[in-house]
Amino acid sequence: MTAQLQQRRAPLEGRASVHGQSTGYRIAKRVLGYGILIFFAALFIAPFALALANSIKSRPEALASPLSLIPADPTLRAYEEMAGTDIARWTMNSVVVTVMVTLGRLVLDSLAGYALARLRFPGRAAIFALVVAVLAVPPIVLAIPRYLVLGQLGMLDTYAGLILPLAVDAFGIFLMKTFFESIPREMEEAARIDGATIFQTYWRIIMPLAAPGLIALTILSFQGSWNEFLHPLIAAPSDPDLRTLPVGLALLRGAEGQSQDFPLLLGASVLITIPVAIVFFTFQRHFIQGVTASAVKG
Amino acid sequence: MIVNQKFLRGKGFFRTAYYFPSITSTIAVSLVFLFLFQRSGAINQLISALLPGADVRMNWLDNADGVLHNFLGLVGIDSSPAFLADTSVMGLSLWQWLSGPSVTLFAIMILVTWTTTGTMMLIFLAGLQNIPSDIEEASRVDGATALQRFRLVTIPMMRQPLFFVLTIGLIGTWQVFDQIFVISAGGPQKTTLTPAYLIYREGFQNFSMGRATAVAFLLFTLIIVFTLVQRRILKPDRT
Repeated sequence: MTAQLQQRRAPLEGRASVHGQSTGYRIAKRVLGYGILIFFAALFIAPFALALANSIKSRPEALASPLSLIPADPTLRAYEEMAGTDIARWTMNSVVVTVMVTLGRLVLDSLAGYALARLRFPGRAAIFALVVAVLAVPPIVLAIPRYLVLGQLGMLDTYAGLILPLAVDAFGIFLMKTFFESIPREMEEAARIDGATIFQTYWRIIMPLAAPGLIALTILSFQGSWNEFLHPLIAAPSDPDLRTLPVGLALLRGAEGQSQDFPLLLGASVLITIPVAIVFFTFQRHFIQGVTASAVKG
Repeated sequence: MIVNQKFLRGKGFFRTAYYFPSITSTIAVSLVFLFLFQRSGAINQLISALLPGADVRMNWLDNADGVLHNFLGLVGIDSSPAFLADTSVMGLSLWQWLSGPSVTLFAIMILVTWTTTGTMMLIFLAGLQNIPSDIEEASRVDGATALQRFRLVTIPMMRQPLFFVLTIGLIGTWQVFDQIFVISAGGPQKTTLTPAYLIYREGFQNFSMGRATAVAFLLFTLIIVFTLVQRRILKPDRT
């Protein structure tokens, strides 16, 4: 008994002494911790800083001194030249596709999610299993079937072909279903007793309650479809006017061959990053929720 | 990564900084890396600045030499022993297998690691925050040192996120496509040809849809297997 007590006390005393001599040690630990964090932060931010800096340099300067962060002779030439190229058109395409895809996902994912979360109908479990299964299918595997189906439907090189295949997604349905399930059932039952139809309940009661989930879905699908590369690449293979920004940029690099106008390419990269960056910094929490949700689902 | 612990402030800022590359366009990021890794680019200048007297003009992006091969070259081993050059497995000599990933593939690996680290970190972070703090306290009271706590408490508790990161990493790397499209198009000498890029090249450049779908199907099977293994390993934990 006493032995046990002594044993217990020993580590505690040890800790007390650690606290006593620790100030210097703790400061050192902190400095080291911050040092590592700052080093990695610099590693992650530097490429963006360099891209921004080099996009306002002249071509020879960007090639001669790519590392300097402050251009000797700042110029907006790259951005001015961009206005004269197809980049404006690609940006517009990207905006149209992104907005339509996001709207489509908001409406369709939330409807499907609601049905799977609340309505009872035969085959519900099977359908949900199917949705989860689709999550595991890599997009590149779908590329060829999608291309062939779009071809059969005559939707290659059309806006419909760019938008419709992306307008519903399994992850969104999954996200919305989980979210709807977290809303207390009593709210809906009260509405149903008051004589609301299913659709009215969904629209008037559930949608307002689901606002946080809808915001998360909006942000994730905005980011996803703005950056989407593979689908627009295969869905509009031969009409340069239908290229979105990522496709346009990737092909621009190819078209220029060896003598590349790096300030222009970097400027365009900055341009494509800005909208996502703004949304990211405003709604950071939701991005992080999205990642965590996908991890929890396992 | 696990440095992101309590005793440091400003966690939000660092989390943002680390995660930012993950949400930007892969195309934009690839273009930036294209610029950084070019022959007279930032990376080479940085290396030259760090190694006094050296002027590194490394050809990063169009270089089929193996990484290991280059390292051996530094210590004077340049050509292969005959038995390695003569034995071939699946169409490549053993020497070629052993010389490691090509320099270009290595550059792409750096890029992909750089972009995905943030996501992985968030998953680890969520996992770490899920560990109940009383477990850690209990081990502390029992007199475990920091290292023991990390090895015997944190790692076992983190099994699930660890496996998750491992499998999504495995699944993701089989599908690297955008970066290859921008930077190397599968070359030089096919050293950066991923299954995903192979599918695209067969299907949309050579227009042999049959071959492309065959590769796609193999890739799909492989990924399903990974996913099933992941589920099987993770499941008992969840109850």
